[in-house]
Amino acid sequence: MADARTPGLPDILRDAGLYALVAFGLCIPIIAYRTDAGPTGLELTPRWKLVAAFCAAIFALRVVQRLILARRDARRALTPSPAQATEAVQGEPDAGQRVSKLGLYAFLGVALTLPVIATTASGGLGPARYWIDLGILILTYVMLGWGLNIVVGLAGLLDLGYVAFYAVGAYCYALLSTTFGLSFWICLPLAGLFAAAWGMVLGFPVLRLRGDYLAIVTLAFGEIIRLVLINWTDLTGGAAGISSIPRATFFGIPFTADETGFAARFGLEFDSMHRVVFLYYLILGLALLTNLATLRLRRMPIGRAWEALREDEIACRSLGIDTTTTKLTAFALGAAFAGFAGSFFSVRQGFISPESFTFLESAIILAIVVLGGMGSQVGVAIAAVAMVGGPELLRNLGFLSAVFGEGFDPNEYRLLLFGLAMVAMMVWRPRGLISVRVPSVSLGERRAISGAHVSEGHG
Amino acid sequence: MTVLTPANPKTAEKIAVGREAVLSVAHLTMRFGGLTAVNDLSFEAKAGDITALIGPNGAGKTTVFNCITGFYKPTEGMLRLAHADGTVHLLERLPNFAVNRTARVARTFQNIRLFPGMTVLENLLVAQHKPLMRASGFTVLGLLGLAGYRSAERAAIEKAKAWLDRIGLMERADDPAGALPYGAQRRLEIARAMCTDPVLLCLDEPAAGLNPRESAELNALLRHIRDAHDTSVLLIEHDMSVVMQISDHVVVLDYGCKIADGTPDEIRSDPKVIAAYLGVEDEEVERVEAEVGIGHGEAGA
Amino acid sequence: MDVFLQQLINGLTLGSIYGLIAIGYTMVFGIIGMVNFAHGDVFMVSSFIALIVFLILTAWLGISSVAFALLIVLVVAMALTALWGWAIERVAYRPLRGSFRLAPLISAIGVSIFLSNFVQVTQGARNKSTPPMLEGGVVLMQSESYTVFLSYKQVLIMAVTAVLLTGFWYLVQRTPFGRAQRACEQDRKMAALLGIDVDRTISLTFVLGAALAAVAGVLYLLYYGVVSFSDGFVPGVKAFTAAVLGGIGSLPGAVLGGLIIGLIEVFWSAYFSIEYKDVAAFSILAIVLIFMPSGILGRAEVEKV
Repeated sequence: MADARTPGLPDILRDAGLYALVAFGLCIPIIAYRTDAGPTGLELTPRWKLVAAFCAAIFALRVVQRLILARRDARRALTPSPAQATEAVQGEPDAGQRVSKLGLYAFLGVALTLPVIATTASGGLGPARYWIDLGILILTYVMLGWGLNIVVGLAGLLDLGYVAFYAVGAYCYALLSTTFGLSFWICLPLAGLFAAAWGMVLGFPVLRLRGDYLAIVTLAFGEIIRLVLINWTDLTGGAAGISSIPRATFFGIPFTADETGFAARFGLEFDSMHRVVFLYYLILGLALLTNLATLRLRRMPIGRAWEALREDEIACRSLGIDTTTTKLTAFALGAAFAGFAGSFFSVRQGFISPESFTFLESAIILAIVVLGGMGSQVGVAIAAVAMVGGPELLRNLGFLSAVFGEGFDPNEYRLLLFGLAMVAMMVWRPRGLISVRVPSVSLGERRAISGAHVSEGHG
Repeated sequence: MTVLTPANPKTAEKIAVGREAVLSVAHLTMRFGGLTAVNDLSFEAKAGDITALIGPNGAGKTTVFNCITGFYKPTEGMLRLAHADGTVHLLERLPNFAVNRTARVARTFQNIRLFPGMTVLENLLVAQHKPLMRASGFTVLGLLGLAGYRSAERAAIEKAKAWLDRIGLMERADDPAGALPYGAQRRLEIARAMCTDPVLLCLDEPAAGLNPRESAELNALLRHIRDAHDTSVLLIEHDMSVVMQISDHVVVLDYGCKIADGTPDEIRSDPKVIAAYLGVEDEEVERVEAEVGIGHGEAGA
Repeated sequence: MDVFLQQLINGLTLGSIYGLIAIGYTMVFGIIGMVNFAHGDVFMVSSFIALIVFLILTAWLGISSVAFALLIVLVVAMALTALWGWAIERVAYRPLRGSFRLAPLISAIGVSIFLSNFVQVTQGARNKSTPPMLEGGVVLMQSESYTVFLSYKQVLIMAVTAVLLTGFWYLVQRTPFGRAQRACEQDRKMAALLGIDVDRTISLTFVLGAALAAVAGVLYLLYYGVVSFSDGFVPGVKAFTAAVLGGIGSLPGAVLGGLIIGLIEVFWSAYFSIEYKDVAAFSILAIVLIFMPSGILGRAEVEKV
């Protein structure tokens, strides 16, 4: 909302004052009074100082922002940018494009050697556990992001219930292993197949819906599955979940301290970290498998049909492409990868409950795909690191409690900042970090296509 | 994946082969609520001909097209498509996508529908979905990287290149389709439709928005399609220079009814057509129409 | 019969609340074609505002007249929630207008996550229960085993809903703002060319939707007497279901849908199982979207080729 004329200081102050006033209005009474349960019902604790600090911060931020904007606008007025001549599309040079080539190898390199790096850096397998666990967490989301990318990024179908298939995979392993004693390596493909089957069952009726409606129906299905998991106590253990799920084995060799265990067989000293490192490479392998499959599929007729579907469904039908089947394959395949990830989740945790499969998880996975840039594999990986690793940083900001006083737990603000980041991302880069599309086939040199041409799908 | 089956025995029957009608439309009626867009229309398009469907705005031409290509299900009537080998398909009974896949009717759209974010080459490959899908063993074999699929893809690219050469877009094969100029997009859409090996190609106002030079190129392209491929053409057009020069047969619609049917020369001299279409005063049109017994009552889209 | 009558009353009360929230969804969808995912959380925020204002009035200022207190609570909650609605539209949705299609939906999900966690951080995670605000009622029917009871709360909720909806209906049908809003629904670009301030109209739509959600929030607090930071999501989805069921874009449809959803939920809980009442609501949402996406009073969409 920059004015053409250069705003003077009074203007800026008045504008910032207005912002502070709105902030004040939003603060009362939610921030101004805290409700706490007292002996005689709820009691109010006034916190007007906090409100004043908050409004002052908004005022200061707005003044600074206006000053910076004024400078930038003045500079722009002197040198008309070439972008002004064309239409207002996201035509800016793409940061991601430069990053993607190098980033791919850097990412792969770090991912492959993380346990080694972490061990050397923190001086032992035990202390490295935190980093390896974080790596496992991030890779799980990378895999889920890549799986959802097939549905949202390639086929352009907005799925807000993706976590349901993750849950199906997790419960599939948990139930099969605790009831029938099946091993992880048998359950893994079964979980994928089972999730894919659910994808088909849920997908079939809804895939003719378009846009937001599809998003809401998938959200409803996701919630239905979660509620059934909570309430069907006989099968799923209800809200208490399923515990003592068998741990992962090294292709049949358990990670135990006795002589049939992994350490003894391979002549190593027993360390509980072996299992963690194994799990790390397991999820890395699964994630890379997802990536490889997606990259290959993009060059197959089915992959091109997905992208064509995202671009124009009616034209697809006029070219003899059965849109229902094509959508269904995308949906089922995405679900299958979620199923794999789910059974990994359950073997890693050893305990699952419906708590882990809330709508928030779906939102996080979707945010990863969108922030990464729909359809871009590298972008999704970077976004997963940022979205999952970033909040972890908050845990380590202990010094903040020195600033804000005792009892300040930065971790409490994790989701709050997460929500804000989602909004900021959309305002700043709605097409994601890497918005270019690389063609699946070319006659000459493969050149990326600007995001401005690429459609985002209708359903 | 839907396995490609030969024409459904229920909808297919053998017919005597000759210079037969590739498409026969019989008693086609399409109503939207109370509005009758097409009213009891019957005509035929002969194999190997370019048939033009003309008529003033709102005469129901695009509705006829949407019925033929399966986007609308007609309220009444029969749409019969005959292949050269004698198989017959009843288009009104086929699901939308099967009109192209099984009956091999391809179409273009009045407001171009390319895949703007995909390259020109990719657009032409998407059109060869059916043969490529089969060659890739419905993705399963292709994923394993078998040679059969790779050679099929090479063949598909060769076919696409031949069409790119024909429409003069070889240089721009790797550009996104959305970045092409308007005339090139029109030609690409026709080439894309041709990549599905159609028996009948339906073009919805292919010359709209083209300059005279592009229009002449289009005429040449359409003649080439008729002469060098086993494809008959059905087109909607407002540009009379295109219609009169290249069509072998013209059908005139007004208010959803057929008012004339014949060679371009016959149409040119038909008083009903002149009255209804080629520009007469409004009152005079009404007078002429009253004479030939066509009312204004049920008209539209 | 008496059980049925009692459930009918309960269902209509609950349905009134859903209907009020549903109007916010339906108006926003009508005018900018987006599902305002954060609307349920705006409703939750309004409930908290109402709770705090009510406590200030009764505990600190010692106002003893409940009717007077409720009136002030209603006005203050509407004003402050409307400000939230305005600010959200301004910060999270307006910069995205004309951006790609998924952006506003994702932004809205972000706002929804922000709002519920904002309230959690500032007010704590526990359920907040208020002292009963309005007690008593009339016995409609009495048999030996069962009493049909119509509480004053329920009368108040249905009356407030009816009055506000009438006023609102007048606003949309008869005023220049309503005309501008309906014009924007049809064609935003053309409306702008004809001199309608589209941004202002959209802002006002959000403000009105939030104000009605605030009414729902106050009534919800009055009815249940307890609220928590996570109370936005499920009522939000149910209200959205109501909007879709009634035909999204249609105001009477939203209210009708709200009443139907309220009745279904109450009867389902009474006659089948209370655990699966949310499953029932979500299933209805899915079934309606799949089999009658244009709803009861909505217009059918024709695919343009």
